[in-house]
Amino acid sequence: MSEIASPHQRTISLHRINAMVLRYWYLLVSSWPRLLELVYWPALQIVTWGFLQTYIAQTSGFFAKAGGALIGAVILWDILFRGQLGFSISFLEEMWARNLGNLMMSPLRPIEFLLSMMIMSLIRLAIGVIPMTLMALFFFGFNFYAIGLPLIAFFCNLIFTSWSVGVFASGLVLRNGLGAESIVWTLMFAVMPLACIYYPVDVLPAWLQYVAWMLPPTYVFEGMRTLLIDHVFRADLMIEAFLINALLFVASFATFMVLLRSAKRNGSLLGGGE
Amino acid sequence: MNGQMQQSETGQGKSPAADASGSAAIDVAHLVKVYKTTRAVDGVTFRVARGSITGLLGGNGAGKTTTIAMIMGLVLPTSGRIQVLGASIPDQSYDVLGRMNFESPYVDMPMRLTVRQNLTVFGRLYAVKHLRERIDQLAADLDLRDLLDRANRKLSSGQKTRVALAKALINEPELLLLDEPTASLDPDTADWVRQHLETYRKTHNATILLASHNMLEVERLCDRIIILKRGTIQDDDSPDRIMARYNRDTLEEVFLDVARGRLREGAP
Repeated sequence: MSEIASPHQRTISLHRINAMVLRYWYLLVSSWPRLLELVYWPALQIVTWGFLQTYIAQTSGFFAKAGGALIGAVILWDILFRGQLGFSISFLEEMWARNLGNLMMSPLRPIEFLLSMMIMSLIRLAIGVIPMTLMALFFFGFNFYAIGLPLIAFFCNLIFTSWSVGVFASGLVLRNGLGAESIVWTLMFAVMPLACIYYPVDVLPAWLQYVAWMLPPTYVFEGMRTLLIDHVFRADLMIEAFLINALLFVASFATFMVLLRSAKRNGSLLGGGE
Repeated sequence: MNGQMQQSETGQGKSPAADASGSAAIDVAHLVKVYKTTRAVDGVTFRVARGSITGLLGGNGAGKTTTIAMIMGLVLPTSGRIQVLGASIPDQSYDVLGRMNFESPYVDMPMRLTVRQNLTVFGRLYAVKHLRERIDQLAADLDLRDLLDRANRKLSSGQKTRVALAKALINEPELLLLDEPTASLDPDTADWVRQHLETYRKTHNATILLASHNMLEVERLCDRIIILKRGTIQDDDSPDRIMARYNRDTLEEVFLDVARGRLREGAP
């Protein structure tokens, strides 16, 4: 006869988070197309942009000096984009499987659910981005890890932004059903032009620069260029990005909870369809 | 008065299943759910005694699924009060979710995972100790041993229902909420599932609330029936007493009487 462990725990349970990570892990390893897809797009990106970087470096003194600014930007963009996708796909899997009702009716708390998807986004990211960085090293001579300690600051800021966007997008799908699925795939691209991934913030019109500086990734990409071109690490940029990220994360979690409540009011947790 | 009973009478005082100790497994009062302009549940009040099997009976759109979903905390009521195992729902739902479970045709188990993987995940979510032994026990009880390593998507609908039932029983719940537990099953499998539910109730003194269209199922399993129509309680009593009141031999005939607005025996 089995026993039930204390059902009255009010704290976050690592046990339940582990259970959810295990659920996504089972799913990931059960499907080779899912695994292949994680590597395929980043590999394609690095090859395309790597050759572009090589060509521009041959014809432009600035880019020759910039030493991998384009490839570095591509890798950091992929951390941002794939981080969000890695999070949101776990959520979509529950919608596609019509499993959300089972989870919401279990002792799993929303924060544990979100934490498990964050862990999965790191796992998916590692599977996709680590081969990408190795390709950059072997094919184009760009050692991403030579960025050193600043890389940790870049990575943390980008992954926090990706989770915030992922939490917000998942909330929208939760509330509006799979009809809103395209938001998951496209929302991050709205950030792309304003985050100044491939060009400095100065390029933007003055009024748009104010908007750009409201986005944490802008600080990261600007910081990366400063590091690669001027060999200076701007810690101030990273701290500012971190503060905005903290606000963004709290806001997206609060929005998710509001949308979850709205979904419960609306009855959409029972179906999960369009 | 037509077929509809006074709900305070049914729910609070004279119902055969009202918990004499005052500690009902489910206590629902004046429950209302409005979706935009539709009143899906309209002032429902009832209590379900611990250890009983209660059936929610009604046609499509009667409010059965919405009532169960509100009890589970998956749908927020517009107004009214719900207490489950002594906890106020939804505010204290996390205090009791580990002691209850459910099965519904509106949700599925992840299709790509094997039966064993699914049960492992849910067993861990419910913090079931000695999980491997529990899964083996359920597999034996529900005839799933040969299916444990098969992906859920490769199962027949009868097999999927048995797996869903195994998930619903993984934490040995005190309270089991079932929405159409035998829908789309052949008579043999349906009978088998009913038998298992009866046994589970007896061995665990569990409380079961089930919504069903299947009159035979309700007649056979339930100590008490709550008949819903357009979101309100039309009748609430034991199957025998309800059939006697309508002067009918089967619940199916009672169901048709209620659905078509025919008066019960003795109604003014």
